[in-house]
This record gives sequence, C-alpha cells and structure tokens, in this order.
Amino acid sequence: MNRILKKSDPSTRLVTVAGPPSSGKTSLILHTAAVLLEQGLRIGIVKFDCLTGDDHKRYERAGLPVKKGLAGGLCPDHFFIANIEACVQWGISQGFDLLISESAGLCNRCSPHIKGVLAVCVIDHLSGVHTPRKIGPMLKNADLVVLTKGDIVSQAEREVFAFRVRQANAKAAVLPVNGLTGQGALLAAGHFKTAPAVASLNGRRLRFTMPAALCSYCLGETKIGPDSQIGNVKTMDFT
Amino acid sequence: MGNVNKKSALNTDLLNLRLDTLMEKYPYLKDFFSALGIDPWPGKKTLAMLIDSLSLNHLSQFGLDHESLSTQALEFIAKMEQCRHKTHGSMDRLVIGAGCDKNGCPEAMGITLFPGEVVSVVGPTGSGKSQLLSDIECLAQGDTPSGRNVLPDGRTLDATSRFSGEFRLVAQLSQNMNFVMDLTVEAFLQMHAESRLIDNIPEKIKQIYQSAVMLAGEPFSLDTAITSLSGGQSRALMIADVAYLSASPVVLIDEIENAGIDRVKAVSLLLNKEKIVLIATHDPLLALSCDRRIVIKNGGIADVVKTLATEKKSAACLADLDKKLGLLRERVRTGKHLIFDQNFFFDHP
Repeated sequence: MNRILKKSDPSTRLVTVAGPPSSGKTSLILHTAAVLLEQGLRIGIVKFDCLTGDDHKRYERAGLPVKKGLAGGLCPDHFFIANIEACVQWGISQGFDLLISESAGLCNRCSPHIKGVLAVCVIDHLSGVHTPRKIGPMLKNADLVVLTKGDIVSQAEREVFAFRVRQANAKAAVLPVNGLTGQGALLAAGHFKTAPAVASLNGRRLRFTMPAALCSYCLGETKIGPDSQIGNVKTMDFT
Repeated sequence: MGNVNKKSALNTDLLNLRLDTLMEKYPYLKDFFSALGIDPWPGKKTLAMLIDSLSLNHLSQFGLDHESLSTQALEFIAKMEQCRHKTHGSMDRLVIGAGCDKNGCPEAMGITLFPGEVVSVVGPTGSGKSQLLSDIECLAQGDTPSGRNVLPDGRTLDATSRFSGEFRLVAQLSQNMNFVMDLTVEAFLQMHAESRLIDNIPEKIKQIYQSAVMLAGEPFSLDTAITSLSGGQSRALMIADVAYLSASPVVLIDEIENAGIDRVKAVSLLLNKEKIVLIATHDPLLALSCDRRIVIKNGGIADVVKTLATEKKSAACLADLDKKLGLLRERVRTGKHLIFDQNFFFDHP
C-alpha cells in the first residue's frame, strides 16, 4: 500500500503547515499524523514558534519525534527559512518518511511556502468571513487549505467561507477538518503522504517573497522618532 | 492515488476580451477585484490592460504581482464556472456499503438512501452514530475505521474529486452551531446567495426568510442581526437556508428536538427540496416522521427499521400531546400557573 513512499536517495517528504495563531495547526497535524502512523509511516515534526510554547509536548505525548525552534526577537518567517534545510537534514538522518513543519503566521503577510514542497494553510471559521481576503501569500500560494472549527458555525457560514477561500486561491484543495474529533483528517492525510520527497532544499526558491525588514528597529532600537528610524521604513499617507 | 492537485489548462484568451463583455459574462469578477481594492471600471479595455495598469506597490499589499494576479483571476473564473455548471445537487441514490462494527465483525447490512427520504439514526451515546455520519461526509472508501464504502449513485468517486473537497455531499446542522458573522439576516442571506452564484437572489431571500419565520413561530425582521436571534430563530433560519441555498444533496441533523421550532414542518421543508435527510434523534414524534430508522449498535448498523403504517397512525396522537405540551410551555413563558385537569392530556380536543 505504501509503495509510493519507497525512495532511493536519502530524502524525506516535506510538508509546510502555516496558519494564524490558534487556528488549529497542531490539532490538524496530530490527527493527520495519527492516520499516517496507522499506515506505517515514520513521521517527524518541527515546530516553529516565536516565544515559548508548549505545543511540542502535545507531539511528544502522541509519540512523535519533535524539534522546536524559537524565533525569539526575529521575524518568525526569516527564522524559519534560515533553519528549514537543517530540519530536512535532521529528518533524513532520523529516517523519517515524512517531515511536517509547523509555523505560525503571525502577521498575515507570512510566506513560508517553498516551490516543490507541499504547502498547507490552516484557517479557522471563527476568524471571520473577511479573513480569507486578509491573509496574503500564506493562503494564496497553498496547495491545500484546511478549514477548522466548522462544527460550531452554521452551514451557510461554512459555505461562504469556503467560497471566499476559493476566491483567494482557486487551485488549492479545500478541506474541512474538525480539530477535536479528527473528522476530515483522513482526506488531509491523503494529501500529506503524496508530498514530494526532498533530499535538500539548497537552491530551492520560496513561492513568494517574505515580509521585508531592515531598519533600526530590527536591530534593537526602542526609541521613537524620525532620527531613530533608519533603513527600510515606510510611512503612512495622511493627505 | 496519483496527483491530488491536478492542474487544468487556463483560458488565457480571456485576458484579451473586452472588460464589459467579461463582467457581464462573469459578474463575480466584480467582487473578486473589489476584494483586492481594485476598481474594475477604470476605463481600460481588456482584462490584461486593467491588470497592467495596477501598481506593483498596490499588488504587493495582497501578496501578488502582475503575473500571479492574471493567473489567479483566470483560475478563479475557471473554478467558478466549474462550480456553476456542476450539478452535484442531483444524485439518484446514495449507497452505503456495509463495513464492520467496533470488534471488526461485519455489520448486519448497508443501506441505500434516496432523495426526498428522511431517515433517522438511532442508538445509545457512543454507539457509532458520528462514525456513520463522518463516513458519509468523507465519502469513505473502505479507509475509515468502519471500513464502509459510501458511493454516490452507486459509484466510487474518483480520487481527484474526493481529495479536492469540491464535492461537498453533506450539509450539517447541529445544536452546537451558531451564527458568528456580524450581519443582518438580509445581508447574511445575500452573501450566502452570492457565493452560490444563483440567479434571482431577492426572491430566494424572501422565500428563506418567510420559511424561517414560519418554523420559528416567533417573528423576526430582515434587519435583525443574525447573532442576536434566539436559539429557535437561529435554528429555523439555518434550516430554511440549507433547504433553499445549500448545494449539498444530503442533510445531517443532530439534536433539533429542543430547538423550539416546529420540527415536523422543518423536516418536510427539507424533504420538499429533494434532499436526503438523516436525523440523529430519539424524539418519538420526529422518529415517526421518518420513513426508516437506522439502528446503530457497537459501531455497526444492526438493523434498519421501517416505520409501520400503524406507527404512522399513532403519530397523530403524539402530535396532539406535543401540541398540548406546547400550550403548557406557553403558560410557563407568560408567567402563568400550570394548574390543569389530568384529563387535559388524555381527552381528545
């Protein structure tokens, strides 16, 4: 049954999962991984966070090997892309069939998706019907969009939400998954296990540019005022 | 399972069509562009010219550039046309092939469901009702814990359609669902109707509103915010909306017995729309309004009970009792005492 997963070069299938905070990324991954573990896959997780988080413990409890990366004061996206190759090599050295990276999209302009790597975006129905329009590259460049928390909103709102997602990204698969019961995870698992295998990400490209930054505040400036803001600064127009 | 995300060829000729022709043919483009803060009528002749006229700075706010916007617009048109022409509302039957119970023993039987039929699902808590409903939702192909096969029109759905999530077979209604949008009833229905790409939207809104008020019993206006509707009114509006606007041919209803709506009328409204209606319920009146009852035991279908003609006859008596209970409920609501003659329940009206 898992013949498609056989591979010659040392490599691992890679999935990048991104989505706003508390949208249900960890729950989606746990339920999807449970389906795939059942099918005999070896799975590893990389959890990217900004400040301290306890989600890696949820993975450990589920028996999944997990590495945690904390961006601290850095833009989480930039931190992610500077470390993902090392994560892939870790995954290969551990002999995983599938490596899943989870990163929080904190500013809606996040753009962690890589060409040739299965890209998943998670959004929850409670975040409001305008959210699909507000989220940028993280949603627009995804291959699979997972909609969570649909069990507590009306059918009509689910339909409008899915429509809005298709409006932002017409080519992606759109699947509802219930993060509490795991309903829908089976279909998500079908996507995860067909993710392309990668031996190395060196030389690969992002699907879209990351949020830019290079100003005095990036380097630790805390004082406000024109004299303190140096570098890549954008100002609002009040005319 | 092959390639889950199959790419389809895009019709790039559309880029050179006149904008007014395009907008007339694909009216939803207006909404597409306004969502991106783009005026669709800037006096440009063609779609390509419109896209070219936009500044990169503007596009970058949405994580786009000229090329990706063209692609996205074309993909959007292709997807919308696909949705508009898809007739997955018309299904002749839904076959549920038998699987196993929780111990891996084959379940007693499968079942074939037909549009315009209402079937209840009964069984104790934890017996596996949700698994059956979940199997239907994901169109199980022997790959869920129950091992059942769910086959629309008796055929296996191809992997691409199944995994794309486009074929949404099931609309769900449960007591736990709430409205969360900050909109009036009218604006909400308008938004849902637009997303369904249907014609004659004002007429639809009127139908849904009138049906919802009829089910709820307590009137509300089109200007009411959906979040401030009472429990009964919300449920009524959800049911009327599913009946008239949902594309899904199957409706699953969980626990509407306490919703404070006319549940028998609700079921008949859905039936008139040629849907397959499945109700998880233990309410005798509701059960008798169903043609069949699927009995779940230990994760498997243990039996399918047909509603007998004699049972249907007792439904009238139950309806009478229900009406009387309703009168008492009304007395409680209006602060009156519940003093009544015992014969109240046993005499005929």
